Amino acid sequence: MLQTTQYANNTTAERADSLQCASARPLLTVDKVTLRYKTPNLLITATEDVSFSVEQSDRFVLLGPSGCGKSTLLKAVGGYMAPVSGAIHINGRPVKKPGADRMMVFQEFDQLLPWKTVLENVMFPLLVARKLPRSEAEERARDYIDKVKLTRAADSYPHTLSGGMKQRVAIARGMAMQPDILLMDEPFAALDALTRRQMQDELLQLWEDTKFTVIFVTHSIAEAIKISNRILLLSPHPGRVKAEVIDVDHARHDDGSAVALERDIHNLLFSEPGHRE
Amino acid sequence: MTNPQIILAADVTTNRPHANVAEIEQKLGALELIWGIGAVRKTVLIIVLAVIWQVYASYLDNPLLFPTLSDTLTTLYDRFADGVLPARIWTTLKVLITGYVAGTVLAGVLTILAINTRIGTDFLETMTAMFNPLPAISLLPLALIWFGLGASSLVFVLIHSVLWAVALNTHAGFLGVSRTLRMVGGNYGLTGLSYVVRILVPAAFPSILTGLKIGWAFAWRTLIAAELVFGVSSGQGGLGWFIFENRNLLDIPAVFAGLLTVIIIGLVVENLVFQTIERHTIQKWGMKE
Ligand SMILES: Nc1ncnc2c1ncn2[C@@H]1O[C@H](COP(=O)(O)OP(=O)(O)OP(=O)(O)O)[C@@H](O)[C@H]1O
Ligand SMILES: [Mg+2]
Repeated sequence: MLQTTQYANNTTAERADSLQCASARPLLTVDKVTLRYKTPNLLITATEDVSFSVEQSDRFVLLGPSGCGKSTLLKAVGGYMAPVSGAIHINGRPVKKPGADRMMVFQEFDQLLPWKTVLENVMFPLLVARKLPRSEAEERARDYIDKVKLTRAADSYPHTLSGGMKQRVAIARGMAMQPDILLMDEPFAALDALTRRQMQDELLQLWEDTKFTVIFVTHSIAEAIKISNRILLLSPHPGRVKAEVIDVDHARHDDGSAVALERDIHNLLFSEPGHRE
Repeated sequence: MTNPQIILAADVTTNRPHANVAEIEQKLGALELIWGIGAVRKTVLIIVLAVIWQVYASYLDNPLLFPTLSDTLTTLYDRFADGVLPARIWTTLKVLITGYVAGTVLAGVLTILAINTRIGTDFLETMTAMFNPLPAISLLPLALIWFGLGASSLVFVLIHSVLWAVALNTHAGFLGVSRTLRMVGGNYGLTGLSYVVRILVPAAFPSILTGLKIGWAFAWRTLIAAELVFGVSSGQGGLGWFIFENRNLLDIPAVFAGLLTVIIIGLVVENLVFQTIERHTIQKWGMKE
């Protein structure tokens, strides 16, 4: 059941293979993408030659140690930075600039507009990007605020919320837009263990309801296994694809396959000699 | 060896029921609430200062040098009643508002150009570096040659006093908007002017408000000073002229009444207008630095 496709030497044949078994056209394709940051005296290669594709209703996880370019990859998919080489396509169209078809839940806590209440924050993109009428936007916003269990805080301003509550507002805002892909950058990283578990369960519950497509960045192996159906393992300096894990959702806790998978992934990620973490 | 135990809060035995349950929200006392209002504390201070003035001036008993508060207030009332002061105030405020609004609008245009184009940034930076250290009042002689005696010279000087302060602060505020918020704006597909108006302006509002306050303070002082130098034009002077005129007539209580009016208008704008704006915006949003 469980498969780990290892890109041993990155042969294109292998990759073409793994693309083929998918449906006719994936929702998102990332093809041999290299991403660099230009600083005044350095050229930092964040990711090199990374390829993957995401299908409709995938819960796709980017997993890797800190600094392997997960956020950078997500920003490229979001359209915030252009690849040095390679191409990113969504629905067959190249990604050129940010857009509401790829809603982003950022890693940072300051992503809510402080001058808007929780409700207004969730409504705002529905009004300006989706051009929904006010009443409809409000109805949908309230619906998703209920889903992330923030009904009582709907009229509060973000500075009065806890970190976890802010993150939930950002998730509600992203999901209310019903984007083609929801991009989530370690949305639960700053939460305490208990809230984190609750949020993971809620996310899965919401996915059962609407079957949205999501790319989820994390550096917790356990979280990746719990949430995803596919995992892309990245190695650091620069970020390269190390392996892809498919059918993750078939791992189960009662027969120990989840634990075994976690150990396998751990060994894979930390097998590299000289790797410091 | 004893095993670890978990003792539930509900099982903790206390004499009073719910002793371990405290209320989360507690109302503050009425006095504490009133004292918490800045305006109340400041009013008390002003009253104390007024009493000291009255007592000291009565003791001095020299209305030509230092009239009492009651004399000043009586003159203030008389000059209001005979319509002289309201006319002077109106003249001053008309010029002030014209200059302030024009300066702010110009500052807005300059900063929007500055964040969208590199040459705009260079222009703004060079101009603010050059003109910000120059006191606006020093342009008055030149303005008088260019625009002649009249309101347009004053407006020119006022624009100069407002423009650079507001532009500098607004630009700094725009640059200080966090990368995340800018990316959120991009995510919603906002570009150009709607991006500036819907994301940058509110996100930079603390800085913009600071700029507006500084601009106001510069403008108010510059205008009164200019009117003192400039005197009267086309038959109707402003507050500065009122003070100057009454000094020449040795009507010192009226001079004090004029000064008091200048102070009161300044206080009203700074403490009522700007603080009300502040309370309804950056304080409510938790953005106050
Ligand atoms: N704005 C930037 N300027 C220059 N270099 C950057 C910038 N942002 C990231 N980098 C570099 O790019 C590399 C990848 O960073 P990235 O933020 O994508 O890592 P990450 O996988 O998201 O890490 P984490 O799990 O800690 O969030 C790092 O080596 C980092 O130093
Ligand atoms: Mg990151």
